[in-house]
Amino acid sequence: MSDIYRRIAADGIWNNNIVFGQNLALCPLLAVTGTATNGLGMGLATLVVIIASNGLISVARHLIPGEIRIPVFVLLIAALVTLVDILMNAWAHELYKVLGLFIALIVTNCALLGRAESFASKQPVKLALWDGLMMGLGFLLVLVALGAAREISASGTLFANASLLLGESFKFLEVTVIPNYKGFLLMALPPGGFIMMAFIIVGKRMIDIAVAARKKPVEIKENCL
Amino acid sequence: MNIKPETIDYWRTKWLTFVTFLKAWLEPSNLAGLRPKLEFQTGVLAGFSLIASVLLGVTNCSTQGTIQQRLDEDLKKSLEEVVPASYYDNDILQDTLSIPSAEFNIGAKDTLVYLAKKSGKVTAVCFKFIAPDGYSGAINMILGVDSAGNILGVRVLNHKETPGLGDKIEVAKSDWILNFVGRSLDNLNPAQWAVKKDGGVFDQFAGATITPRKSVQATYRALQLFKAKHAQLINQ
Repeated sequence: MSDIYRRIAADGIWNNNIVFGQNLALCPLLAVTGTATNGLGMGLATLVVIIASNGLISVARHLIPGEIRIPVFVLLIAALVTLVDILMNAWAHELYKVLGLFIALIVTNCALLGRAESFASKQPVKLALWDGLMMGLGFLLVLVALGAAREISASGTLFANASLLLGESFKFLEVTVIPNYKGFLLMALPPGGFIMMAFIIVGKRMIDIAVAARKKPVEIKENCL
Repeated sequence: MNIKPETIDYWRTKWLTFVTFLKAWLEPSNLAGLRPKLEFQTGVLAGFSLIASVLLGVTNCSTQGTIQQRLDEDLKKSLEEVVPASYYDNDILQDTLSIPSAEFNIGAKDTLVYLAKKSGKVTAVCFKFIAPDGYSGAINMILGVDSAGNILGVRVLNHKETPGLGDKIEVAKSDWILNFVGRSLDNLNPAQWAVKKDGGVFDQFAGATITPRKSVQATYRALQLFKAKHAQLINQ
């Protein structure tokens, strides 16, 4: 049993990562990763919604006929996102002012529908929740990594304004990596997102190849050609 | 109130039968038989829609007041930035006047003006306006101006200008916007109400001229709106 949990975790965070493995969710990814803080905010919001949507869909999986599953999934995800949006606006208004923009964007995140379709609608609740957590964490990591890479190259800082999002006690996260940096605007703009994501994906592939090469050097060499 | 034990027993058995029925109905094997049926599919879709709408409706109704309160607090905060608290002793959020502003090209047909009053007399007014022609879309701004027409403060509420270049109109990024304080239609002539590149007195930014140019022009138009309605506003 613990083996399957470990496999889901490895899939979610690395092997079948939403961005690296499935190439999904690129719209919200590229739109918000101008800074590491924004990436973190979007990642956290998505994490909550993907766990909830996975759990809900798994609970109702026997009720949902295959013919109408997509409208039901969309309905559930949209309702969840709207719920989170309204509740945050009312009860966590300061956080909402920073994150509000991202919450609505989660609806456009096809990764949620993807997980509902390919995992939650076929698996028991516990596994679906675990899968949501791991997929969400994997997405969060990519968002923060991409945000950090873009922020450092664009303005030389890291986690600027993190205290606005997480509270004053997280002020220590805000660091200036390159002092007196002149700035590189391209990285803060959408094209910079594509460029940086390409680097990160190449990096991930290179690590995969290196790991595989250590295991079975001969086979992998052929694959590389 | 006295409830007979028979009544309780009766309802308990009813409830238990219902639960047993529901459990049997929710068995995956039973649902598997139902799923291909058209009426079941319709029912499921309708059921989910109903649950979703009820949930959203209830949440919306129960949080509406709180959200409005939060938005009022936000508005109050931005009003306080452009009209110093010493200028008024009234409830500035409630003391408002709507004036037509279509001909001034500040983004709205009618502008809601917040009146700052001290002992019943208007000392300053404050209103939101929009530069509809920013470099990448509308720039939402707010202006505070005293009864003589001198600017008390201008702030950008939100915008989509280029980060790193055009966003210097935000007070958090640069103090450029503070240059408006004390300016009026009287102490600057119309030609001076422009960025330096166009022969005016306001700085442009390196790499971004359009953003400050349009902000200055919109502020100028907003002041003209105030001048045109001056008598009406001051005598409120």
